[in-house]
This record gives sequence, structure tokens and C-alpha cells, in this order.
Amino acid sequence: MSFPLLTATAALPAIGAVATAAVPAARRTAAKWLALIFSLATLVLAGIALARFEPGGARYQLTESHAWIKDFGVRYELGVDGIGVALMALTALLIPFVILAGWHDADPLETKSSRWRPTQGFFALILMVEAMVILSFEATDVFLFYILFEAMLIPMYFLIGGFGDRAHTGSDENAAAQRSYAAVKFLLYNLVGGLVMLAAVIGLYVVAGTFSLSEIAEARANGSLSMATGTERWLFLGFFFAFAVKAPLWPLHTWLPNAMGEATSPVAVLITAVVDKVGTFAMLRFCLQLFPEASKWATPVIIVLALISIVYGALLAVGQRDIKRLIAYASISHFGFIILGIFAMTSQGQSGATLYMVNHGISTAALMLVAGFLITRRGSRLIADYGGVQKVAPILAGTFLIGGLATLSLPGLAPFVSEFLVLVGAFSAYPAAGIIATTGIVLAALYVLVLYQRTMTGPVKAEVQGMADLKVRELVVVLPLIALLLFLGVYPKPLTEIVNPAVQHTMSDVQKKDPQPEVEAAK
Amino acid sequence: MENLIALLVAAPLLGAAVLLCGGRRLDRAGHWLGTLLAAASFVIGVVLFLDMLGKGAEDRTLHQKLFSWIPVEGFQADVAFQLDQLSMTFVLLITGVGTLIHIYSIGYMAHDERRRRFFGYLNLFLAAMLILVIADNYLLLYVGWEGVGLASYLLIGFWQHKPSAATAAKKAFLVNRVGDMGLSIAIMLMFTTFGTFAFGPVLEATGQTSEGKLTAIGLMLLLAACGKSAQVPLQSWLGDAMEGPTPVSALIHAATMVTAGVYLIVRSGAIFNAAPDAQLVVVVVGAVTLLFGAIVGCAKDDIKKALAGSTMSQIGYMILAAGLGPIGYVFAIMHLVTHGFFKAGLFLGAGSVMHGMNDEVDMRKFGGLRKYMPVTFITFGLGYLAIIGFPGLSGFFSKDKIIEAAFAKGGTEGWILGAVTLLGAAITAFYMTRVMLLTFFGEKRWQPDAEGHEPHPHESPKSMTIPMIVLAFGSVFAGGFFSIGDRFLNWLEPVTGHSHGHAPVSATTVTAATMVVLVIGVAIAWAMYGRKPVPVVAPRGSLLTRAARRDLLQDDFNHVVLVRGGEHLTRSLVYVDHTLVDGVVNGTAASMGGLSGRLRKLQNGYARSYAVSMFGGTAVLIAATLLMRAV
Repeated sequence: MSFPLLTATAALPAIGAVATAAVPAARRTAAKWLALIFSLATLVLAGIALARFEPGGARYQLTESHAWIKDFGVRYELGVDGIGVALMALTALLIPFVILAGWHDADPLETKSSRWRPTQGFFALILMVEAMVILSFEATDVFLFYILFEAMLIPMYFLIGGFGDRAHTGSDENAAAQRSYAAVKFLLYNLVGGLVMLAAVIGLYVVAGTFSLSEIAEARANGSLSMATGTERWLFLGFFFAFAVKAPLWPLHTWLPNAMGEATSPVAVLITAVVDKVGTFAMLRFCLQLFPEASKWATPVIIVLALISIVYGALLAVGQRDIKRLIAYASISHFGFIILGIFAMTSQGQSGATLYMVNHGISTAALMLVAGFLITRRGSRLIADYGGVQKVAPILAGTFLIGGLATLSLPGLAPFVSEFLVLVGAFSAYPAAGIIATTGIVLAALYVLVLYQRTMTGPVKAEVQGMADLKVRELVVVLPLIALLLFLGVYPKPLTEIVNPAVQHTMSDVQKKDPQPEVEAAK
Repeated sequence: MENLIALLVAAPLLGAAVLLCGGRRLDRAGHWLGTLLAAASFVIGVVLFLDMLGKGAEDRTLHQKLFSWIPVEGFQADVAFQLDQLSMTFVLLITGVGTLIHIYSIGYMAHDERRRRFFGYLNLFLAAMLILVIADNYLLLYVGWEGVGLASYLLIGFWQHKPSAATAAKKAFLVNRVGDMGLSIAIMLMFTTFGTFAFGPVLEATGQTSEGKLTAIGLMLLLAACGKSAQVPLQSWLGDAMEGPTPVSALIHAATMVTAGVYLIVRSGAIFNAAPDAQLVVVVVGAVTLLFGAIVGCAKDDIKKALAGSTMSQIGYMILAAGLGPIGYVFAIMHLVTHGFFKAGLFLGAGSVMHGMNDEVDMRKFGGLRKYMPVTFITFGLGYLAIIGFPGLSGFFSKDKIIEAAFAKGGTEGWILGAVTLLGAAITAFYMTRVMLLTFFGEKRWQPDAEGHEPHPHESPKSMTIPMIVLAFGSVFAGGFFSIGDRFLNWLEPVTGHSHGHAPVSATTVTAATMVVLVIGVAIAWAMYGRKPVPVVAPRGSLLTRAARRDLLQDDFNHVVLVRGGEHLTRSLVYVDHTLVDGVVNGTAASMGGLSGRLRKLQNGYARSYAVSMFGGTAVLIAATLLMRAV
């Protein structure tokens, strides 16, 4: 038996979480370093998995399979396709930056007693989320996936509710109330989604008699498992609802701005760049693969919802007064693009959507983390409290601008590649949808540049005077992310090579062919 | 030889990277490095040009493929370059004028503590602009297209601490993004129609699709061109862009970037040739902008804004010529090149005046400067004569050809367009004479500023005057050099094609008419601003003058319709999101499971029970599944 690489990649951060939590209260710094080392080791393992993955090879690679709950056929079954391995690598890549950026976010306040040990808990929870998210990208057993999909809510809940952003307006009690409201809202929305999915999971088992993704897909492909149209549609809706809450898709999005606004910036990155990706990933993996006909049936409605997300999210971002909520609404707009790309059901759309998941992770991390550095310095999340920062902290302003330009998909930076692919893919299937989505590029420029103008340019505000520029730790966080945005913008080929074959598999699952160009079709 | 093409871009790109990442250590040498790399790019351009001249007209096109950029099933985008006569013309203009303006900036920006960064941005601009003109496909062109937009944004807002500069920069980027929507949609249409967006295959296959598709593509390309080239209805950003340092106005907002729209249309000639409806819209846009810019140019007292109006108007000429199809392509580009010389020269002259006048821009506070700044006066004067089309100078040849081509369009259309271009020539003569008289002639009208400093007008340093002198040479001789023996026509024809059209009147008649309107324009300006003293405070003026001072109410329109409307929309959406969407979803959830009651209870922080209930859910699942098996 070969080395269980996928299990190890998920187990390592889980072990790290336990180890970090066990560090004595007084040794806070040791706990941070321990967490960082574990996250880096996980990154190494993910890198090995990425290197061992053969783009032209079998659909699922590095597979592992063990009986788990024999009585009802639940197996511990892992395997990654190009999409899974790319998102797994993204997760492993972002966590060290999240940890480093949040280095001081959970330091005890002076008023707390020394027995209080939130620091250890903070980093342990982050690693716990990493472990679950990575395993969910690897799981090819529906039941195993469901367990992870639900279980990752627990550490996320504590991260949002227990470690809020210390920059807030109003009293501490008021802030604590808002924070716990955000955490509970996050939990309830996702729990409801999960419960609906649970019903669908049970239903699927009743119909298929197994939880194994590959067995179901094979049975569906060779015709030995046929579903009644109505059954397939109900099951599809059950799965899709849960993923749409997590993604989040309009109108199920309202938990995200609360959660991202109240959480610390690194946790906000964890939500939008990592955890939410499980939702869009699962749409590709489970909805399209298990219920191809129902997916096609639901496409028109989903495309409309995705377009609403794109335009609505962007317009609301324009109207925000809080920096972090602005970024949250921008993310809602971007998730609209991802879902549009998935359900356009063209090669360009789906490759673009997968790339979008990766690129959005990196670009939002860059923008949100720099925003976090800014907010920590001034102690306010309100845009109006800033002005002229570029004069006193030019590097901070410069990196913020680059993060912003990535968010508005400037060519040369990674998000442009994915956004354009999604647009082309959507346009070739549904021209009107492509054109409506294109308005997103104007609105994105609006909310990014207005944010930059109000915070960074103009006369230096008195409260901003003397603000320090980025420190070494912060530069270590931001510069690699920017380098990656540039690299994947200019040379995305390593990524597209991994993703393309997986997309072709999905395309054949839904039995879709790309529309032919008019000139070719005429021949 | 083709391997040199990438170096054209690489040199300034390297400069941008080094200067922007290099830190303060480079402050002392940064501007020299930037200038050197711009010059290196120019030298490479000249080498490629000489090589191209040595070849026959048909095999002058060079290709260089660097790597496959976005390889996705059914979609191919390469980082690949194509250098033909059209691209070559732009390469020489961009790197040549670019290098001169780098040199000029050494002096102009000498007292700015962020000079290194300024040169970094200038280098970035050159790299992006070169990508734009040597890309071999529309998607890579798009990279350059937005790249110059970014450089323009950074440079307009270079003095970011001024709110007006920051606002102008944002406005320029936003308006351009509207145009970029057009370019995006055009590329998507090409992809669904032709399966590719590389120049070669697309432009060869235009015969295989319907005119309707080509018209749609053409109109979307025109929208893009309107944004970048400040044509009506996307013209509003250019005047505000004058907030940027003057060398930027000269290079980006006069000589090169704003002409990218003309390049796009001429490059896509095969599409427009097969889409007459799109061509008609191009011509109309050009004609309207030509007059719009000229009228605005007449009313502005700010020397840079008067010149900005003029730039819009001159690009209107080029767009109009490009819309004429093969009759006009060559002349659009020829006017673009000569305009590059004289308008860059005029802006540098304006910068030199401001340099000597404590950064004053109001022409009513100039006057009589010819005595104080002789070099600036002479070079600016030559640029002035060139732009109004004084016989023998550059503008005479290039503008005259466009007026001829407009008549040669034939029919009523030809007469209307010919009349518009002639009217434009008259107004050009008027507003440029006005600028000249207000600035260099008459009595001195400057006054001490608020702190009591009297301006001491003086000639600028050599680093500034030498580029002005070089550009003045171009303003004087380029047009004649291009026209003798139809040199420029023969050079570009293999790429753009050419036809003579059906001129209803002879070329001599057109030239004579042009001379008449020229004299009329100059004479009216003389009567208004030369014969009698100019008031320091502008008179109220007629309704048209007042509207023209406000850029013919473009911003008032935008403010009422877009800005205020948009604000209302976003504000009401924020409200809707907070109350309606959130409320309905929460309410639905509540009615389903009494969740809101629990939500209120859980706000107190009983999170553990949630963890328990979640695992409870899982337990239910397992039990249910077991039950299913048992049954």
C-alpha cells in the first residue's frame, strides 16, 4: 500500500490543531510558531500531491479507500481530480498567510486573567478548519463529504463569535452582541442548508444504495441506475440549496457581510477564500456529476440568480461604508461569476470558474489582509475615518491598490484570466447573460477605486498622521500573494493544465458540448 | 530579427519594475535609468525599422510567439507579437516621443520628491502602449489597452494628495472601463463567430459571416475607441485628466494613448469595411467630437484644457477619417503621427510656460510672454502654425488630406462631412490663435499670487527646451516629408489598403477652401483678442460660451443622470438588502422552524448547544439510514 498522501495532508493540520491547543497558556508565541510550522508542513504535502498529480491520468488520483461504517456502506474514500487538487493546494497555500496575518489578533487583552488562553484556541481552530476543508476537497464519498461540510461550521462558529475584530464603533457590549449575532447567523444559515442537504443525502442513499461518488456516477453512466425526473430534481435541489447558502448565492447571501465584517480579517479570508469555496466546488462535483439532467433543468434559474449576485453584490459594495463589508459584497459579486461559469456548462466557463475559485482566493486574501493591517492601525472599519494614507504609508497603499486592481480583474493579474474565461464561456452559451455580467467589470472598478480614493488619497487626516507603513511580518504576508497574482496572470498554464481534463470529465458528465463558432458550424 | 520585438517591451517593463520596487536608493539615478531604457526601446525600434525598409513591401510583417497564455479547451490566447508597417509606425512614435518626454521630465519634475516613481509609471506606460500596438490578437491588445489605462490612472492621480487629481484619475479609469466593456463584448463576439480573436484569422474570415455580426463587432470596437480616445459620448474624462503633470498630458493624453482608438479601428479595417452601418456611426462620432472638442477649446481659459479640447477635436478628425474606410485609413494614421509631434510640442510648451509662471494655467494671467521665453515662443509658435494647417507645415498636409477624403466619400454624405471638416478647420484656427495671442502677445497681465510672489517668467532649462525643439522640427517637416512622393501612403497601403473615392471637387479647390477658412478663423481671433486688450477676468459671455466653459454640460448631464441616479440606486439597495432580503429569508426560516426565536436566545452565546444539536443531526442521519436498511 502506498503512502496515504491525501489523508496525511488533511491529518497534519488536525494534529497541529491538537498540538497547538495543548501548548501551555503562558507559551503563546510557541503556539503560534507551532501552528505556522504545521501549516507550512501541510503546504509541503499539498505541493507533493500537486506534483504527483498527472493531468492526463485517471480522473481521480491518489485514491484511498477503506470501509468505515459497513452496515450502511459508508466508506472512507478519497481521491482528487484537477479541480480538487487545485483547491486543496489553494487552501494549504493560504493558511500560513492567514496565521501570519493574524499573529496578534488573539493576543490576550490586558484585562483578561492569565489563565485565559484564546491564542492557542484561535490558531488551533484555524488549523482545524484547514483539515476539514482539505478533506472535503478530497472526499469522494457523499456521506463523508456531508459530515465534513457540517462539521467545519463548528470551528468557524467559534472563530467568528469568539475572536471578533477589535476595531469597532460603539461600546464593547454592543460589539460583542453584534459579533455573536453574526456568528449565530452564519451558523443558522449554514445549518439550515445542511439539514436540507441531509434529507437529500438520505434520499440519494435510498435511491442509489451507496454513498460512493464513483459507484453512483458509473451506475448512472451505464444506465444501471436511473432516477425518476422528479426524484432527481428534488435531490438536486437539496444539494444545491446547501451549496448556494455556503457559496453564497443571492438571496441567501446576507450572512456573509455580517460574518466577514465582525470576524478578524484573517478569519474573514478564511470564510470567503477557503470555506465558501467548498460550496462552489461541491456544485461542480456533486450537483453536476450526480444530477446532470436536473442541473440542466435548473440552469436558467441559477444563471439568473448568478447574474443578480454579480450586479447586486457589486452595487451593494458601492454603497458600503465599512471596508470589510465592502469586500464581502464584492465577494458575493465574484461568487456570482463563479456560479455563472459553472452553469454556463462550457469548457471555458467551467475552467474559468475553477480558476476563479483559486484566483479569488488569492486576490481577496491580498486585499482583505492589507485592509486588516490598515484597520488594526487606525482602530476603525469605516471608510470615512481614513484619508491620505498613501502619503504616510506608501507601501501599504501600494499593496492595497494592487489587491484592489486584482479585485477589479485588471489584465496582467490572475483574476482577469478567470473572469474573462467565465464571460466568454457564459456568452457563448447565453449571449445576454454574458453581456449583463460584463457590467460587473465597470461596477468593480467603481467600488475598488472609490474605496482607494476615499481611504488612500487626498489630504492626510489627523488620525492617520504618523501611521506606520507595513512591517516585515506584514510584507511577508502580502508580497508572495502579489507575486502569485502576477505569475498566474501572466502564465496560468500550469493551473489550466491541471484543471482542463477535470472540466472535460464534467462536461461529459452533463453530456454537453461547447457551442461551435459560427464560421466552423457553417462549414 | 523578430526576436528583437519582445525587447521593445522588455526594456521599459524592466525599468518600471526596477523603479517601482527599487526603493529610495534609486532616487538619485532613477530618472536616468528610466530615460535610458525608453531610449533603448527607441533604438531597438529604429533597428527593426531599418530592417523592415530593406525588405519588399509584402514580406515586412514579423511574428514572434513567446508562449501560450491561456490554453483552455477550444480557446487559445497567446502572448505573441506581430510587427507590420502599421505597428512599426506606432512603435517609432511611441518610443520616439516617449523618449523626448522622458528627457523633458528630468527637468520638469526635478523638484518633485517622488520623481523616481513618476519615471517608473512612465516606463510602465511605454511597455503597456507597446504591447497594445504589437499584440497579434485582440486579447493581448486588451492587456495593453487596460495597461495604458492603469498608467494613465496612476499618472493623472500622481499628485494624489490633491482631491481634484484623485477624482480625475478615478473618473478617467471608470469612463474607460465603460469602453472596455465594448472591447470585451467585441472579443466575445469574435470568439463565438470565428472561434478565435487573433488578428490574422479574424480579419481574413470576415467574408464568412453576416453583416449584422460584423456591425455588432464594429460598434463594440467603436465603444472601446470612444472610451480610450475621448470621443462623444465617453469624452468627459479628458479635460479633467489635465490634472496630471504636463509631460503626462503631452505623452499620454495627446500624442499616444488617446490615439489608441484610431489604431483599433484602422487595425480592424477588414471588419468595418464589411459593415457600412458601423462605419457610418464611426464617421458620425468623429464629426460630432471634432466640433464638440473645438467648441470647448474656444471657451477654456486654462491653457491645458484648451489644448485638451483641441486634442479631442483632432482625434475626431482621425476617427472620422478611419470611418471613411480605405479612403481614409492612411490619412487617419498620418494625421495621428503629425499630431503626435505638434500636440506633444504644444503641451511641452504649455508646461514650459507654467514652469516659468509658478504653475499658473489661466491664459488671462499670461500675455506678452514671447519676450521672456523666446525658445518656448518659437517652438510653440511652430506647433501652432502646424496645427492650424499653415501651408507647408505638417498639419497642412495631413489635415488637408482628411478634408479631401471626407469630400471623396461621395454623395450628400461627402458634402456634409467635407463641410464639417472645413468648419472644424476654421474653429481650430480660431481657438489656437486665441491661445497664441493670450499667452505670448499683448500686454503682460500677471499679478502677484496670494502670498505676494510676483511670477518671474523665465526660459526653461535645456533638458526641457531640447525636446521642444526636436518636436518643432517634426511639426514643421514631417507632413511634407510624408507627402512628397506619397511616401506614407506607399508605406502603409499594404496593411490598410487604399482607395481614392469619388472626389466631387478637385484637390486644389479643397486646399483653397481650407486656406480661406483658415484666414477667417485667424482673423476673428485677432479681432477679439489681438486688436484690443484682454480682460483678466473673463466676461460673462454668451450662452454658448458659458456652456462650452462647462464642457457643453457633459458633467452636469453625467452628474444628474449617472452619479445621482446611481447614488439613489445603491442607497435604496442597501436598505432593501438590510430589511427586505435579510428579513424575508430570516422570516422564511423562522416560519419553517422557529429559528428566529432561537436566534434571539442564542445571541446570548449558548454555542455549545449548537455543537450538540449539530452532532445530534448527524446521529439522526445515521439512525435514519440504519432504519432504511432494516426496512
